[in-house]
Amino acid sequence: MYTDTIAAIATALSPSGIGIIRISGDDAVEVADKVFRSKSGKKLSEVKSHTIHYGFVCDEEEVIDEVMVLLMKAPNSFTKEDTVEIDCHGGVYVMNRILKTVLKNGARLSEPGEFTKRAFLNGRIDLTKAEAIMDLIQSKNEAARKNSMTHLKGDLYRKIKNLREEIIYEIAFIESALDDPEHISLDGFHERLEEKSDKIIQAIEGLLKSADNGKLIKEGIYTVIVGKPNAGKSSFLNLLLGEERAIVTDIAGTTRDTLEESVHLDGMTLNLIDTAGIRDTEDIVEQIGVNKAKESLEKADLMVYIVDSSVYLDENDMEIIKLLDASKTVVLLNKSDLDTVVTEEDIKDIFMKRFAGSEDKNASEIPDFLTISAKEEEGLEAFTNLIKEKFFNGKLTFDDEVTISSMRQKEALSSALHSMKMVKQSLMDDMPEDFYSIDLMNAYACLGEIIGEEVGEDLVNEIFSKFCMGK
Amino acid sequence: MPEARIKTDICVVGAGHAGCEAALACARLGFDTTIFTVSVESIALMPCNPNIGGTSKGHLVRELDALGGEMGKNIDKTFIQSKMLNVSKGPAVHSLRAQADKADYTRSMRQILENQENLTIKQGEVCEILTEAGADGKPKVCGVKIFTGTIYECKAVILCTGTYLKARCLCGESITYTGPNGLQAANHLTESLEKLGVKLRRFKTGTPARMDKRSLDFSKMEEQVGDEKIIPFSFSTNPADIQKEQVSCYLTYTNEKTHEIIRGNLDRSPIYAGIIEGTGPRYCPSIEDKVVKFADKERHQVFIEPEGLYTNEMYVGGMSSSLPEDVQLAMYRTVPGMENCRIVRNAYAIEYDCLESGELTPSLEIKSVDGLFSAGQFNGSSGYEEAAAQGLIAGINACQSLKGKEPLILDRSEAYIGVLIDDLVTKDNREPYRMMTSRAEYRLLLRQDNADLRLRKFGHQVGLITDEQFEHVCKKEEMIAAEVARLKETKVGANKEVQAFLEKHNSALLRTAATMAELICRPELDYEMLAELDKERQPLPEEVIEQVLVNIKYEGYIERQMRQVEQFKKTEKRRIPADINYDDISSLRLEARQKLKLFSPISVGQASRISGVSPADISVLLIYLEQLNRKHD
Repeated sequence: MYTDTIAAIATALSPSGIGIIRISGDDAVEVADKVFRSKSGKKLSEVKSHTIHYGFVCDEEEVIDEVMVLLMKAPNSFTKEDTVEIDCHGGVYVMNRILKTVLKNGARLSEPGEFTKRAFLNGRIDLTKAEAIMDLIQSKNEAARKNSMTHLKGDLYRKIKNLREEIIYEIAFIESALDDPEHISLDGFHERLEEKSDKIIQAIEGLLKSADNGKLIKEGIYTVIVGKPNAGKSSFLNLLLGEERAIVTDIAGTTRDTLEESVHLDGMTLNLIDTAGIRDTEDIVEQIGVNKAKESLEKADLMVYIVDSSVYLDENDMEIIKLLDASKTVVLLNKSDLDTVVTEEDIKDIFMKRFAGSEDKNASEIPDFLTISAKEEEGLEAFTNLIKEKFFNGKLTFDDEVTISSMRQKEALSSALHSMKMVKQSLMDDMPEDFYSIDLMNAYACLGEIIGEEVGEDLVNEIFSKFCMGK
Repeated sequence: MPEARIKTDICVVGAGHAGCEAALACARLGFDTTIFTVSVESIALMPCNPNIGGTSKGHLVRELDALGGEMGKNIDKTFIQSKMLNVSKGPAVHSLRAQADKADYTRSMRQILENQENLTIKQGEVCEILTEAGADGKPKVCGVKIFTGTIYECKAVILCTGTYLKARCLCGESITYTGPNGLQAANHLTESLEKLGVKLRRFKTGTPARMDKRSLDFSKMEEQVGDEKIIPFSFSTNPADIQKEQVSCYLTYTNEKTHEIIRGNLDRSPIYAGIIEGTGPRYCPSIEDKVVKFADKERHQVFIEPEGLYTNEMYVGGMSSSLPEDVQLAMYRTVPGMENCRIVRNAYAIEYDCLESGELTPSLEIKSVDGLFSAGQFNGSSGYEEAAAQGLIAGINACQSLKGKEPLILDRSEAYIGVLIDDLVTKDNREPYRMMTSRAEYRLLLRQDNADLRLRKFGHQVGLITDEQFEHVCKKEEMIAAEVARLKETKVGANKEVQAFLEKHNSALLRTAATMAELICRPELDYEMLAELDKERQPLPEEVIEQVLVNIKYEGYIERQMRQVEQFKKTEKRRIPADINYDDISSLRLEARQKLKLFSPISVGQASRISGVSPADISVLLIYLEQLNRKHD
């Protein structure tokens, strides 16, 4: 019944030894053949089912990774459809690239829980599991929906909303004129829409480009930087970013808001949240910043605690350490260029004692330590290596749904772009309005998917609110 | 008290456009049918605009005709002006509209009804729906009782009460408890329906004034004439038989002065004063609504349309109103050409009881009572054509049900009628529903020119279309396919004759051979012109050529829509059992569960169109249905 071809990353999207990308559906073999070059030179369409093949995944001429490919023909697969599994090296970047290449070659990103859904509908999974599967689908979808909303940047939401408003206005104008030709004329509309389409196409292309740069969606490791005012958080952030981003002064408390930036470190994306320095304060503006920092910490995949090692620890450090999850934390002893008065042992001591007497299983965890000098730009490499190690040994994990939802959103953007180009083509071919209004509507619907809005009665409402119709 | 008891098969309540089609369909399908009306003179009355068709409504009439309805034939007999709208636009939005001679339309339809075998007309107000306990304890229709106490025993009832139920007309401060045109309202049936558990609500609509033609100055207006070549509505009407002298309509405009008067008297409008409680339609706003909502518009169009050949009354299109008579007169008199106008009938708004959302099945049967069908404005629609289309389907399905056969349910990819009914069944409409071409997502396929090709087969299946009519369509289909294939195969080379022809018509010269179909697609050429090069061409009927051209010119788009329809049909075919208990599916979100319970969709496709039901809910539903399936095996 639903046999279009879907793909997804089947393993956790974190750096690990091996990653699996799974493709299922009528065209699974055809799609895989487009991206896979086997060492033997054989096509998957020519080989037997349930065989494994060695070769490379390529995006056109570029080799992405060395892989093993497993072919399972229908009905002897999990979904009972033709299925291809690509076993690749387990890096986030590699898995993403391979999935994107597969999608580019004709597969569709699977909906949350879709492989399991197909397996059940095709009779692979036992009847007793039905309830569990329904719960799984609903919860996965709900999580994905929430995720895509929370990670959508505010200005992107606004931009897409504006584009949608422009598009629906034009559709409503066309439809009003088609519905009530004696009241509303389409004279000169063609030219206006051509101009408008160009603008919309440009805007969507711009959004797609920023998506490629990872600026569209905050995908990656949610990293929260904390520390007392003037411990050097902003300087460290600038060290990572290689530019003057946060305001750096010697006056305590200058970063009043949380700042957000993405940085790529050796194949990983760190999504950095710089917080206002946490200290007991009566300054209201600063207090808001402190609360935000606390909120950010709750969502963090990685916590970076910066300590000014030239200044003695005080009760503010105690407060900060209470907020930290030791297993996710890296403590940076900053200002190694100055005389140090704080040591690793001092901080470990606080970590050990903070939940003294409690049954909390994390109570005895100890964070990792590094000594750096943000000012002298020392310690970046060691930091990168430490983070990588933490992810590889499984001490840290992060939410892969974010990456997936960003991919889904990019797919929707591409479809919207395609539809708008169809509109442009129809205008050039001089097709009647009622033909290209279909593509305009598609573009509207696709953009809606990104911000989680349905089409519903939007058009009818727009027609009646913007255009005066009727007898 | 002794009472008369009369036996019949089907009772149709109301003889407007829905009632007429319903009754004719039932009688023609062999059931003894009785149609009730408060006044025999009001059969097929057009109490508002004096025309049939228009954008998307013209499509409905064509579809109705293809299925075996009467409206198209009747307007072909009684029109006084005809126009194909949107001819400069794509073929999917071409729409036929004809001005009717209202009296003639009514008289002619009455004659059809009076002479229809198996059909009896009865003047009288139906006050009560009589029921007995049905199979599962649900009430089942067994008759109706009219005001005089007489009982009609029957197996099915079709409610086509239009705007008559507890009707109230408002013209400023003057309120009368009548139906349209001062006709008697039906004040008793509401109570009977509510007792049966049928949920009702109140809707509102309105109509403009009628003027005495002699008081208007047409020299100050723009004349609007009909088409030179008249195209009939009905596929059974021979175009040659209806070419005739036509009458004109006139166009004029409101102005700042008009708007000033309206703004100055808004407090006397029952809507703005809060006296009207019903919801009015946004697509046919009163002139006061237009002035308030579109304050920046300097003028609004006013169409003056004749109500018939033997009356001086003229309909003032675009200026419906519920303002008091003195304000009406003042505002109408500011319009150029209407300075000295005399009003024959005032504009008024009308409120009435109709069915609440979620009460109907796609076969147009009311969920809570077996054998009780309904159509037209009672179902929350608006317009003569929307009413007639539902009337026909309700009539057909009442008969199918009595015969123990599957109901005729057209889907959204098959007909505007399908879109109309699907929307009425699955949407929570808050105003009278009017058809619009933008509501049909597959409209490139649902053209008025191919309604016969789409729907004759269904009319034939249920028995309203004769074998002969059906064979005609089959033959037409074959001819179209053959000619399209021939044009795609016929090649012309880049020879001297061809190049000279192209040069003559300012068309790009050929570098290699091209097919005839490719040349037809060039905007500067057409089928007619190409006869010169197309040596093997056989003469074909005009209706065939029309289809061939549409198929060739818009092939890419049409194929795309056909692929979309294929996808659509997959979920549409996945039926949901009527006895499904949504409370058993704990993974459904609460909102989805409530909506699914309210609208009880018949298919997964229909469920997916209900607002508040997410794709994840649909996945959950699919798993659940599969689970049910396997349990049954």
